[in-house]
Amino acid sequence: MSGADAQTNTEASNDARLRYLLRLGDTSLVLGQRLGEWVGHSPALEEDLGLANLALDLVGQARLLLTYAAEIEGKGRDEDALAFFRDAPQFTNLTLAEQPNGDFAQTMVRQFLIDAWQLEIYEGLASSTDTRLAAIATKALKETRYHFRFSSSWLVRLGDGTEESHRRAQNAIDGVWRFTDELFAADEVDEQMAAAGVAPRLTDLQPRWSARIDEVLREATLRRPANVSYQWHGKRGVHTEHLGHMLTEMQHLQRTYPGAQW
Amino acid sequence: MSNDWPLFEVFIRSRAGLEHKHVGSVHATDARMAIEHARDVYTRRQEGVSIWVVRSSDIMASDPAEADSLFEPARDKVYRHPTFYAIPDEVKNL
Repeated sequence: MSGADAQTNTEASNDARLRYLLRLGDTSLVLGQRLGEWVGHSPALEEDLGLANLALDLVGQARLLLTYAAEIEGKGRDEDALAFFRDAPQFTNLTLAEQPNGDFAQTMVRQFLIDAWQLEIYEGLASSTDTRLAAIATKALKETRYHFRFSSSWLVRLGDGTEESHRRAQNAIDGVWRFTDELFAADEVDEQMAAAGVAPRLTDLQPRWSARIDEVLREATLRRPANVSYQWHGKRGVHTEHLGHMLTEMQHLQRTYPGAQW
Repeated sequence: MSNDWPLFEVFIRSRAGLEHKHVGSVHATDARMAIEHARDVYTRRQEGVSIWVVRSSDIMASDPAEADSLFEPARDKVYRHPTFYAIPDEVKNL
């Protein structure tokens, strides 16, 4: 391989790595922001703190991932610039993460599906050839195990609870299931990262995620909806209308007073 | 909503080897949720390494009205305190 080719390869792989990190970081950031919207509005003080804790874990993960992404990008941006000065089409989070909170069941179902996904992703990344990413994943994995415990016990409580809670939980799953296809749909970025040993192969993770979901749904007496073939492309920057509205609020302060600190 | 949930008392062990201490209470539908709530409410700043929860209604408490007969009689029995012994110099860390 000539020197020029090697350089092109490195650049290509750096570009894929950057995009991979942004997707992971954006998903954590957007989900964290969504959970933050509950603060002061939760059904109970204890849940308020619980959701805020999840949110802070997620924002913390986003910070580590986006900091790393910014360094790879090498354009002098930091994690705050990535979070607050990009527009919706530049965000590459999973479409599921940006869906509105809805009622408590909708929030918990969204959380549960993504927690289970992050469990698989972070478990795989913990043995990544990228040691920095492996370290981030190892830390995040501990947090995510608790998140999954939290959200899955809520799923069971709601699904196997009262008639109303069951109905709401089932509605919630039916409402967002169409976004789950994206979770394991690999594109060239995923392929390249898997081939380089940086990331786990999504096709390997899908059955494990599925089994984990089924186990909880069974206990929760909830029905797993049929898969739909239409695919969403949040991770390619194509979003539902909800992300823009969310970012308007999230970015308001930094857009109005750029560089403001406290 | 939380008013419908039973109350649990929370005990936290701050470090291995220390005892669990009562730190407060949380509302929860069941013991598992109570542990999660206790974790989220009372260990946010690394206050603990272990949590106990117990339903508040399962705690038997002494009657404050009986405090006189329960606790007053101990007042004039200072000899129960181990303060009347001379401690030998050789004994350290007592």
